[in-house]
Amino acid sequence: MKCRTCGGAAVLELRRHNAAFCTPDFFAFFRRQVAEAIRKHRMFSRDEEVLVAVSGGKDSLALWDVLIDEGYRTTGLYLDLGIFEYSVESRAKCDAFAASHGVPLLVSRVADEVGAPVPVIQRVTRRPPCSGCGLSKRYLMNRAALEHGFPVVATGHNLDDEAATLFGSVMHWQTESLARQSPALPSTHAKLVRRVKPLYRLSERESAAYAFLRRIDYIVDECPFAKGATSLAHKEILNRMEDAAPGAKHDFVFGFFDRARAAFETSQTAVLNECARCGAVTTGTICAFCKLADQVKRSS
Amino acid sequence: MKVILRHPRREVELAGQRRVKDVLRELAIVPETVLVIRGDELLTSDAVVAESETIELRPVMSGGAR
Repeated sequence: MKCRTCGGAAVLELRRHNAAFCTPDFFAFFRRQVAEAIRKHRMFSRDEEVLVAVSGGKDSLALWDVLIDEGYRTTGLYLDLGIFEYSVESRAKCDAFAASHGVPLLVSRVADEVGAPVPVIQRVTRRPPCSGCGLSKRYLMNRAALEHGFPVVATGHNLDDEAATLFGSVMHWQTESLARQSPALPSTHAKLVRRVKPLYRLSERESAAYAFLRRIDYIVDECPFAKGATSLAHKEILNRMEDAAPGAKHDFVFGFFDRARAAFETSQTAVLNECARCGAVTTGTICAFCKLADQVKRSS
Repeated sequence: MKVILRHPRREVELAGQRRVKDVLRELAIVPETVLVIRGDELLTSDAVVAESETIELRPVMSGGAR
């Protein structure tokens, strides 16, 4: 198979683009997609320092690598979920990446902030582990950015993540979720930091290939709590559709962003308050994070 | 050839040489879900793997609370 750009030997075939690339031309393709995402959605400027949420996985470390390479000022944020050996190993990957690239890494421990690590949160709330985990992550990312003065948080969400989220929201017609899903969530309150997803144009496989070819040492093992997660089931369905019709995920996600999302956005007018307990932004009186921490405290 | 799979980690032996696309078809793996790795290189679907070689089919999916 030949590289579409230079005609040399290809290392990766991208069926949705009807193309294959050699390593240098794949890197150029990958960086162009990230640059286009940042430009199109005005994610951040070169004057702004970006807080990159890193998990030790392929996506977030690939994102951090590209942003550093493109000359952006970045700091990493690792959220220690307290998931046994998985968290120990993923933290080590982030530490090693930060040290080898000479970039700063902030660390926040969920157990310190919520009162217990993710495995205990799951037991106490009796909800799927990803539920309390996702809630804690979003809250702590925003808080860390506010505390350290970052105007924007970048996450490693890729095209497959966006497709799976969209699929789940459509399956249940969660119109509020559909209104919120975007490559860039602007700050709609002084205490809400902008959240952006510069990898949303790139598939999970492209992100993994970039990390592998760049020799980024990322955690390959899956989070032990992700087994059986709905998002993984949705990804499997979408990948079968992609196999039958290359470009299916791209068309689903880009079609939504370009043509459908606005219809849901206009129907939503949530009133934003500040949590009576911690001051974070919430649509109620007490935010979901404080309620979660209360639940953990009551059970201990 | 030896094929290394993950989640859970296991090994499969296949007799004879094969193209990558045939290995994936035989193991019922959707190409979009893995990187095919031989040593420090990635293989495209038309690459031929010799009987004496080892390849890794590394899953690219991650899930849960992203």
